[in-house]
Amino acid sequence: MADVKIGAYICKGCGIGERLDAKQMMQVASRDAKAHLVREHEFLCNAEGVQMIKNDIANEGVNRVAICACSRRSKTDAFNFEGVAITRGNIREGVIWVRPNTEEARETTQEMAEDYVRMAVIEAKFMTPPSKNTEAKYDRTILVVGGGVSGMTSAIEAAKAGYPVHIVEKASALGGNAANFLRRVPQKSPYANPEDSGVAGLIKAIQADSKIKVHLNSTITRTSGAPGRFAVDITTESGATATEHFGAIVQATGFHDYDANKLPELGYGKSPNVVTQLELEKMAKAANGAVLKTKDGKEIKSVVFVQCAGQRSSKEGHLPYCSGHCCSTSIKQAMYFKDQNPTIDTNVIYSDLRTPGTGGEEFYRSGQRKGVTFTKGVVSEVVNGSDGLDVKFKDLILNQDVVEKADLVVLATGMIANSGVNIDEVKQDEPGEWKSSPESVLNLSYRQGKDIPLLKHGFNDSHFICFPYETRRTGIYTTGPVRRPMDLLQAQEDATGAALKAIQSIESAAQGLAVHPRVGDLSFPSFRREGCTQCKRCTVECPFGAIDEDEQRFPVFNESRCRRCGTCMGACPVRVISFENYSVDTVGQQLKNINIPEEFEEKPRILVLACENDAYPALDMAAMRKIEYSAWARIIPVRCLGSVNLIWLTDALNSGYDGVVMMGCQKGENYQCHFVKGSEIAQVRMSKVDDTLKTLNLEVERVATYEVAITDIERAPRLINDMAEAVKKVGLSPFKF
Amino acid sequence: MAEIVATNQTILVVGGGISGMTAALEAAECGKHVILVEKTPSIGGRIGQLYRYFPKLCHPTCGLEINLKRLRGNKNLRLLTMTEVADVQGQAGNYTVTLKTQPRFINENCTACGACGEAVKAEFADEHNYGLGKRKGAYLPNAMAYPQRYVLDPRIIGTADAEAAKAACKFNAIDLDMQVETKTLTVGAIIWATGWRPFDASKIQPYGYDRYPNVITSVEFERLADPHGPTGGKLLRPSDGKEAKNVAFIQCAGSRDRNYLKHCSRICCMASLKQATYVREKFADAGDVSIYYIDIRAIDRIDDFHQKVKADPKVKFIKSKVAKIEQDKVGNPVVHGVDTEGYTRYATAHDLVVLAIGMEPSVAANNFPIKVKVNESGFIEQDEANGAIFAAGCSSDALDVNRAVQSATASALRAIQVINRVAGTEG
Repeated sequence: MADVKIGAYICKGCGIGERLDAKQMMQVASRDAKAHLVREHEFLCNAEGVQMIKNDIANEGVNRVAICACSRRSKTDAFNFEGVAITRGNIREGVIWVRPNTEEARETTQEMAEDYVRMAVIEAKFMTPPSKNTEAKYDRTILVVGGGVSGMTSAIEAAKAGYPVHIVEKASALGGNAANFLRRVPQKSPYANPEDSGVAGLIKAIQADSKIKVHLNSTITRTSGAPGRFAVDITTESGATATEHFGAIVQATGFHDYDANKLPELGYGKSPNVVTQLELEKMAKAANGAVLKTKDGKEIKSVVFVQCAGQRSSKEGHLPYCSGHCCSTSIKQAMYFKDQNPTIDTNVIYSDLRTPGTGGEEFYRSGQRKGVTFTKGVVSEVVNGSDGLDVKFKDLILNQDVVEKADLVVLATGMIANSGVNIDEVKQDEPGEWKSSPESVLNLSYRQGKDIPLLKHGFNDSHFICFPYETRRTGIYTTGPVRRPMDLLQAQEDATGAALKAIQSIESAAQGLAVHPRVGDLSFPSFRREGCTQCKRCTVECPFGAIDEDEQRFPVFNESRCRRCGTCMGACPVRVISFENYSVDTVGQQLKNINIPEEFEEKPRILVLACENDAYPALDMAAMRKIEYSAWARIIPVRCLGSVNLIWLTDALNSGYDGVVMMGCQKGENYQCHFVKGSEIAQVRMSKVDDTLKTLNLEVERVATYEVAITDIERAPRLINDMAEAVKKVGLSPFKF
Repeated sequence: MAEIVATNQTILVVGGGISGMTAALEAAECGKHVILVEKTPSIGGRIGQLYRYFPKLCHPTCGLEINLKRLRGNKNLRLLTMTEVADVQGQAGNYTVTLKTQPRFINENCTACGACGEAVKAEFADEHNYGLGKRKGAYLPNAMAYPQRYVLDPRIIGTADAEAAKAACKFNAIDLDMQVETKTLTVGAIIWATGWRPFDASKIQPYGYDRYPNVITSVEFERLADPHGPTGGKLLRPSDGKEAKNVAFIQCAGSRDRNYLKHCSRICCMASLKQATYVREKFADAGDVSIYYIDIRAIDRIDDFHQKVKADPKVKFIKSKVAKIEQDKVGNPVVHGVDTEGYTRYATAHDLVVLAIGMEPSVAANNFPIKVKVNESGFIEQDEANGAIFAAGCSSDALDVNRAVQSATASALRAIQVINRVAGTEG
């Protein structure tokens, strides 16, 4: 790396020149912050201003660029220079737009701007343009776990884009649950009749595809590595193990049927003529077009479908969720009877009939046309009657209790995800004692556990509405009913998307680039081994399970598993973890290098650490509306509140800041932190701040942590002002030297 | 317009809502060259107009911020706003597309300083707020707008306002002579992500949307709840600005109805459940909600949210297709119908009625620039006959955001398959 050469650029556009003394800011940049080259410009983001910076990079050897102009969220197209580290001093949204244009405010506004200039230059000084991860590997092969419709679809779609695929399937044949289907719900207009399940077609396509290799009767007994370099042990039923290498993994392990024996009130287990949807499907498939009969060989004249059997219920042992497909499935199955013999009575007893979209609603209408009856009601009991089964239910429309006779009762029971072990309950084996578990799907050697963390009800779906593929294990994507109950059409769409994410992860890992949400970030955590105390906080707190431990219990970072949130950096008590472009120093030196006015000046300083994705944009948008806040605030955006190291707070308090405000995302069940646990972890860490404050003999009011949403455009400035008020009450910090 | 490089290995994405953005980003992040075109001056689409998402009640702008950051940092992706696809010719792996870009009258010099907005006097209905409230003739479409650049409304061109805007700009960013530009490009695959539009509520004659000010649509209600919206986040009814504490939601307004949209629009049940929480959050026990429904379609694990709202005694569920809405003397809409659970007639007055309006495809079947196969509701079917034109999101079906993003991600792979075939890298 060449010597650090910092160029600082002060923009005078957008009213900055009129409101602030640019010459003074230039002096601060050169004299105080020691920028090597300082320039001002009337309009820095225009072609000429940008060219000026480019010339300095090319001719003056500038390799750190401190842009003192608008927010880091603005004019990113203009201020985009290759191969140099760029920092932004926010003197527009962060200063002139949030301060009144009055004579009495002039001095404090100027001080605010000068501090941001100082901070931008200092940050640049401690920043290095990220170099490439030397661990990066390019392995284009994708592992698909599970050979049902989801897994087969992922495999076929990835292969179509040119990527080799291995499918590992536990059973002796491909097809999964859908292999038992006589037909599927129609996927195309006019959505009137059940259609071929498509399973045979998928199997045939796989057999014909030289890029896809299938391992039947096989399971995964160990998965280690990272995107671009996964090493996976595939073990056959006979115990033979082969280690294969993959770039990414798609987990499509599907679902199994809810155990209907838990529903004796609905007659299951008491009569052979009470079956689940999946069992009826097997019967229909076995009959292969012949007339369906009861188990005792009788003709079926009436069928009742009981929707939500053991589902959408808070009863002990029942499933709380809706499995999504069962309404359409019952319509399809009722058609099996109606299409054979329209005189067979088919009654679907439901609470809410859920057939969404065009296909769903058209199919529902087709069922009605074919004479399927739909009854809004709640079934209480199914018992053996004098002639067949008696279905007792409350008809909610007629508001009366009804008993209906049926030759066959079909229970729409729910889907249960085959998601392996719940790592919150089953802890990982200690290093050196790792053993494969037959309950696990992936058998990850990762420090945090053998399978992917679950979201809810045993499914390992993404928590993010905008980002449905985000699992908490980089390069491993789940798809199909293992992540959320879904029908075949959705599973196929989902599996296609999951294949794309696997490909993307492979291509990103090969170049050492981060994936979501800091896509393209080239930096990765590095640590100073000599200083490490093997405390394991980083391995435990990493939201993505990226960090393992070696035999001596030192952390192993697995760069391409890392999402660059910096939670490990925030966790480290001895501060040995850092990123090239984000470190304890890039933030710590900023806050240590601003001018703390002497006590008699009565100018408090408030440090604000704001999540760059939500709180910081909220403050920007407040500025666009010219919502004012205290001139004492100095705001530093952070990747995540989880990256905040306590030393920043201690340093700030020790150097005379009067207050510290931290703004992170919502935590708890509906957490909004895109690094999953960052804001929560920060809160836990900050609970210890009171002790620090007490040791320093400072008031607890001086530090406040808030959950701030991107829409909090009025609240975020108010929280800063609240701290200014609190400081007024408790007085200035005694630590001003 | 700066030079645009496109080849038959380029993917064109049409529509910059959540689906188009996602498809474009997912493909670009696989290293593919993508051009994203958006008809309006900024991207984000309908999700930018939502206050919260169900079931997490998180803010759509949070994910939008992440997506904008992805977009700003991606060199494979080229965004063209105010641009529509005028024509498409050719076949998979080799399409010739004609793009038509409307003048923005403001160039890249714009710093979004806001001086032009202050100088201009003329005001127009604010599209971002579905016409509730006004915006200036020189405006930033919304606080999250990307590109972060002002726009001049074409209606002020030739007026004194346009000159005033030009005079106010210190950065030479206003170019009143900008013209419509047409460009012809070659691309290999096209992702069609033009999304949905709310069904025209005034067509549902018995509900009186066009006659009663206090009958509004769900998309409008969303703007009322938003602190960035026309009422600053207060739930005020249009007729008299009174707080709407007793709110009725009419499900299947336009949907599941032969007279209007035959399909189920999927999202409306969850949207109303979500909006019910807005009323309860703002007014606590003074808030009352009635949901008139046929079936509550809170599908799969999000049924949790339905159960939670259902447990709230201040939210009533009435199984009924509302027959008609009238207005009483004080401007309250009165909802008439029969509660089918027990068959009782009702005529209930509310402060405000929200029509859970259905989704229809933004582009009508006969308006596509090239022939594509659509279903009876006008949504694009996945069909080989469509060549390398792939639907993403709500141009393929009525979808919630989560499913739209899945669909967009899948469409990105379908496009990449074509591009890799063209490039000869699939093997």
